[in-house]
Amino acid sequence: MGGPLEPLFDVEEMELSFGPQHPSTHGVLRVMLKLDGEKIMDAKPIIGYLHRGTEKLFETEPFPQCIPHTDRLDYVASATNNQGFVVTMEKLLGITIPPRAAYIRMILAELGRISSHLVWLATHAIDLGAITPFFYNFREREEILDLFEAYCGARLTLNTMRIGGVPFELPDGWVDRCSDFIDRFPAHVDEYEQLLTENRIWKRRTVGVGVISAEEAIEMGLTGPPLRGSGVKWDIRKVFPYDHYDEIDFEIPVGTNGDTYDRYLVRLQEMRQSARIVRQCLDKLPDGPVIAKVPKVLRAPEGMVYASVEAPKGELGYFIVTTPKGTKPYRCHVRPPSFINLQALPEMVQGLLVADLVAVIGTLDIVLGEIDR
Amino acid sequence: MTDEKNTPKPEDQGAAPKSQPEAKPPWLDKPVPPVHVDAMDDPDVTALAAAVEDAVLAADAFAGEVTITIDPAKLIDACRFLKQERGFKFLVDLTAVDWPEREEGRFDVVYWMHRFDDSRRIRVRIIVGEETSVPSVTGVWKTSNWMEREVYDMFGIVFDGHPNLERILLWEGFNGHPLRKDFPVEGIDTGAAVQPDVYPEGGGPLVEEEGGA
Amino acid sequence: MHAALIQFIVIPVVKIAVILGVVLLVVAYLTFAERKILAYMQVRLGPNRVGPKGWLQPIADGLKLFVKEDLIPAKAEKAVFLLAPAMIMIPALLAFSVIPFAPATKLFGLLPKAIPPYVTDINIALLFVLGISSIGVYGIILGGWSSNNKFSLMGGLRSAAQMVSYEVPMGFAIIAVLLMARSLSLVQIVKAQQAAHLWFFVPGILALGIYFICGVAETNRNPFDLPEAESELVAGFHTEYSGMKFAFFFLAEYTNMLVVSSLATIMFFGGWLRPFPNVAWLSFLGVVPPVIWFAVKVAGFIFVYMWFRGTFPRYRFDQLMQVGWKWLIPLSLANLVIVGAGVLLVKG
Repeated sequence: MGGPLEPLFDVEEMELSFGPQHPSTHGVLRVMLKLDGEKIMDAKPIIGYLHRGTEKLFETEPFPQCIPHTDRLDYVASATNNQGFVVTMEKLLGITIPPRAAYIRMILAELGRISSHLVWLATHAIDLGAITPFFYNFREREEILDLFEAYCGARLTLNTMRIGGVPFELPDGWVDRCSDFIDRFPAHVDEYEQLLTENRIWKRRTVGVGVISAEEAIEMGLTGPPLRGSGVKWDIRKVFPYDHYDEIDFEIPVGTNGDTYDRYLVRLQEMRQSARIVRQCLDKLPDGPVIAKVPKVLRAPEGMVYASVEAPKGELGYFIVTTPKGTKPYRCHVRPPSFINLQALPEMVQGLLVADLVAVIGTLDIVLGEIDR
Repeated sequence: MTDEKNTPKPEDQGAAPKSQPEAKPPWLDKPVPPVHVDAMDDPDVTALAAAVEDAVLAADAFAGEVTITIDPAKLIDACRFLKQERGFKFLVDLTAVDWPEREEGRFDVVYWMHRFDDSRRIRVRIIVGEETSVPSVTGVWKTSNWMEREVYDMFGIVFDGHPNLERILLWEGFNGHPLRKDFPVEGIDTGAAVQPDVYPEGGGPLVEEEGGA
Repeated sequence: MHAALIQFIVIPVVKIAVILGVVLLVVAYLTFAERKILAYMQVRLGPNRVGPKGWLQPIADGLKLFVKEDLIPAKAEKAVFLLAPAMIMIPALLAFSVIPFAPATKLFGLLPKAIPPYVTDINIALLFVLGISSIGVYGIILGGWSSNNKFSLMGGLRSAAQMVSYEVPMGFAIIAVLLMARSLSLVQIVKAQQAAHLWFFVPGILALGIYFICGVAETNRNPFDLPEAESELVAGFHTEYSGMKFAFFFLAEYTNMLVVSSLATIMFFGGWLRPFPNVAWLSFLGVVPPVIWFAVKVAGFIFVYMWFRGTFPRYRFDQLMQVGWKWLIPLSLANLVIVGAGVLLVKG
């Protein structure tokens, strides 16, 4: 009686179109699934529903006017998008920014990272059926958005960095307000941890799900928390410090197993580290101008430059090609972390169940604005 | 991946040196743009030139970034060498630039790779014409799969040996390659104009016979 | 003839009408309670706009669902699609016909003789409830299948597997109560607890735990809400339902919660009995009518339901099956042995 058993009934794989309108694809991601029962035999992400031709638009705008377009890439953490673009432009133009501007940028970027991770945790938890963390996360996110609003008037698409610095001085009382929030914040992270970290069901849903090894993660080009969750201690803020991150003391949390739970822990630790960075920036905040002396019309030398920042999702890089005396990017390519992280999805969900798919999509923390550009 | 390699400060990225004891702080001075310098004697370039014959056509450093222009025919060998022998295990980015007027070939295809040991990055560039296809590096770095698909989608550059060369952001049947310089910024008429057999006349939602989930 | 008419027709009809009305009203307000309780657990206010403090919200919801367009997907199996909501709602309501929420009463002397306020007391009431609530699963399966939607189908399949699996340990847990009460009549079970001077949750604490976990699974509530897991299956078996048909699924879920809680109250917490019914000096507690005691106990269980929802993530399908088959069934069997031995020792 050897050999595989003949199935009693006709068996066929079910094709399931998961998304683009689905509560847990975090936007307009579509995954074509081949299912055997609930087991995923094959997953094929289909993207592009939010494609707006951002890279084409960059080519039509003078350098400073490209910045608002970057807001719309990763719209839950627009500060780091601005930062990536202006850092690249400053490298191209050889501009040194005043220290106060760098510190304000770091504060905004880290607040943005916290708010992005809060959105991630909220949606990730709700994907796994825990609805309460959502409201706790959004309570704190609201405060961060209020801080952004007080600084630049916008809450989501900040457009708050300029080539050479930042556009505004911090308003009166902003430092105290921010300081008050950032001192309270670690206690809130404890709250989220209380809800989830030791929860048995949470652990059963995340431990060992969507495992990716360190070698595989590098091979697939993962960056950000998905890479660090696999144990690779790699963070652009440490490796290629931009702005003044080299003056700040912080740690890079890493995981060990590369599963969903480790990535969850990594992101929670990152929130604490971000709070620490903001705290130090507020303490060290130097005086001086907030924007460098920059020519009115920016003319770039010919060449190609690439610079990247550590966005909440991973390495966000801008590749800018210019023509001699050009006032617009000849070509501006964005290296979107979500796009490349999403590529690993089929491998990570192979053989898992549909319920794990939402866990893995959640743990990759994708933003479709950035994937589709 | 330990802390040690975070300490050597790489000069090829990030903010310029800070707080020099000058009369005028650098942010009030006129910015000094970076210049191009020859990088043929860079250790990675010389190693590559020695290992893969005739591969390196030129090497240039700009803003601390080394760009090696190599012969497209030697691309796979060069990439494999850089990955396996020189430790560039991580392909950071892959994209293309369109130069429609250029004589040597219309497109630059650009590979930007990273070495973890000393946090060094180099850029490999190949110049290809409109009709020539590019060997796919999916066999070298898995991550290049979607990146090459995107380049194919946006520029129409065909990658030989790619396992699944389909459009990625736009749909199959889209007419044109948007990031080519001759593609109009305001876009083209799509939908009904492109797939008249699928889309009802005058646009409107796609109606199919068999409705699925 | 005349007396028989009153006894067998008029009184039952009145009772049925009253109970049906009360149950539906309670169920409607359960949704409101859930939204409020969850809101307070989640640092927000909950519905507070319709009527004073939001108290008319369920009415508004009901009206909205009632006047909403009732869509039937073109490819749906129409007859089955229409039947499914009824098949889930009717059994849920039928269960209330045997649930005794108060003893026979004269209604403060308004009635000439004491009559039981519940519809009927049959000697196999417990079996009846179990059987009738099993029918509910067909509504879910058929609803999921007839929608002709893959998400619905998967939701239906999940619930079939889930309900069938969890009915087994639930049945074993109930047998433990039977051993103690020596009756299947729910009224007799309450009376047995009075006679034993002991609510059955003390000897049956394990049975209570198993029963309630299974009850949560049976009603498809968090953390076992896989059939309608929003983040996975959109809305599971009722993805394609709208308007009043959706409301049926929705109300049936809450009705079932009420049934499970009522049964738990009756079997383990002495039904309508006041705390320590045999301690004389606590007799002032008797001022509170039995039906209120019953309601308070049921409300406690309902609160636990909502507490779960506010706290737990969702199990995965295979883990759910594991919990059911690998833990609950062996545990309930062991419990049966323990309780059986205990009953033998005590009663001889």
